[in-house]
Amino acid sequence: MTIFQATKTVLKSLFSRPATLMYPAKPAKKTALTRGHVKIDPDKCITCKMCQRKCPSQAIEVDNKERTWQIDQMRCVVCAICVDTCPTKCLTMDTQYRPAMTARGGVEKFTVAGPKKKEPAAAPADGAKPKE
Amino acid sequence: MSKQITIPFGPQHPVLPDPIHLDLVLEDETVVDAIPTIGYVHRGLEKLVEKREYTEYVFIAERICGICSFIHSQAYVQGVEQIMGLEIPERAQYLRTIWGEYSRLHSHLLWLGLFADSMGFESVFMNSWRLREHILDDLEATTGGRVIQGVCKVGGVKKDIAPEKLDEMLKGLKTLEHELAELTDVFLFDSSMKHRLKGVGKLAKEDAYYLGAVGPTARGSGIDIDMRSTGYAAFGKINFKPVVEHDGDCYARCAVRAKEMFTSIDIIEQCIKKIPDGPVDMKVTGAPDGEYFSRAEQPRGEVIHYIKGNGKKNLVRHRVRTPTFTNIPPLVTLLKGVELADVPVVVLTIDPCIGCAER
Repeated sequence: MTIFQATKTVLKSLFSRPATLMYPAKPAKKTALTRGHVKIDPDKCITCKMCQRKCPSQAIEVDNKERTWQIDQMRCVVCAICVDTCPTKCLTMDTQYRPAMTARGGVEKFTVAGPKKKEPAAAPADGAKPKE
Repeated sequence: MSKQITIPFGPQHPVLPDPIHLDLVLEDETVVDAIPTIGYVHRGLEKLVEKREYTEYVFIAERICGICSFIHSQAYVQGVEQIMGLEIPERAQYLRTIWGEYSRLHSHLLWLGLFADSMGFESVFMNSWRLREHILDDLEATTGGRVIQGVCKVGGVKKDIAPEKLDEMLKGLKTLEHELAELTDVFLFDSSMKHRLKGVGKLAKEDAYYLGAVGPTARGSGIDIDMRSTGYAAFGKINFKPVVEHDGDCYARCAVRAKEMFTSIDIIEQCIKKIPDGPVDMKVTGAPDGEYFSRAEQPRGEVIHYIKGNGKKNLVRHRVRTPTFTNIPPLVTLLKGVELADVPVVVLTIDPCIGCAER
């Protein structure tokens, strides 16, 4: 009978849990490789601007005079090329997706350590303080 | 002769995931002509090739489409590698083939769902997308992205799949195959589906050929054209036969896609069994100098990436001919003579991806 094609699927679906996930009330599925969003360890950044140059969506702005590293999470396409090219490995890919936000809330600015000086006393790095 | 009226169809229409506008000229309830208009989502991606280095343009090439994204990046990097004369490692070729077939599976499952939805068959829509979720999970676990994989790069691929994961994927596909068989049986043998699809929107073999139909649209009309037969990536070492149907109606095009999924599963299984060990990428220096037409088979048909470089970091020209763009003239022919109520079904059988068509 052609009308009973999907009976097995129907019965299975009747007695199993819903296939959908109540995101964002329940966290999204993630794997070790999931590209969620870019994170920075400001202490390691040497403001070499490699990430800014490589970024295909121009989401990253690095200022080596002010020693700031800025990312616009709304522009970021999470391609992970900055993570791959970073010479000091200060950029990492977090597996968690960012929650919903407005265009204005996407900008994150960090004060970073900057290039290493020869005399360690002269480095006025003020650590991992994001100023928003 | 009865009076002709024109009815606008789209750009916002419940069955259309992407905006395309069709002016349907009707006589009573029958379509006598259709005038397509595109240009609602043009983004000018091809121009960006002058602003980004050729290695980073892969990400932009991948974002031409949100469904067949992997094969876009694959076709682009293949073109660049051909110009630069790179012989990429064999394992990378196999991995590209596996991911390409996975993305074909997820695209076809998405299409089957949307197609069922266009006929008001909501439960089949949900079931298709439930199965698609398993494919997306595997893609995410191996590449890091569900839809935009971002693993292709000039000179190979970025990620490797561990042998244990490959075995797990093989097992997952075996289970999926049974569930898929049950799902596709609904499309192929259900009486209401057959009633809705058989004999609707016929495209003769000659018309399909002269209007330049590609992919399942051409194969549904009996033209044996499949770019995978040219043996790019690892397809040269894989045994497979393109699915060809001869009726040329909506049912034939649906059957091609439904049966192609099993071909894809078979190709992935062969790849996993044959995949050699070794590196997955190689060092690339210099920049492409020359031009190349790179062709690949997308879920929707043949895609052509034309790439021209002049030895500098930025390419000079990039032009993409996407399958949907080529399938619009056949669509206009298909629509002539169908009932107004069948228009959504007929439009969906070419699997329109307007994001691709306009780039």
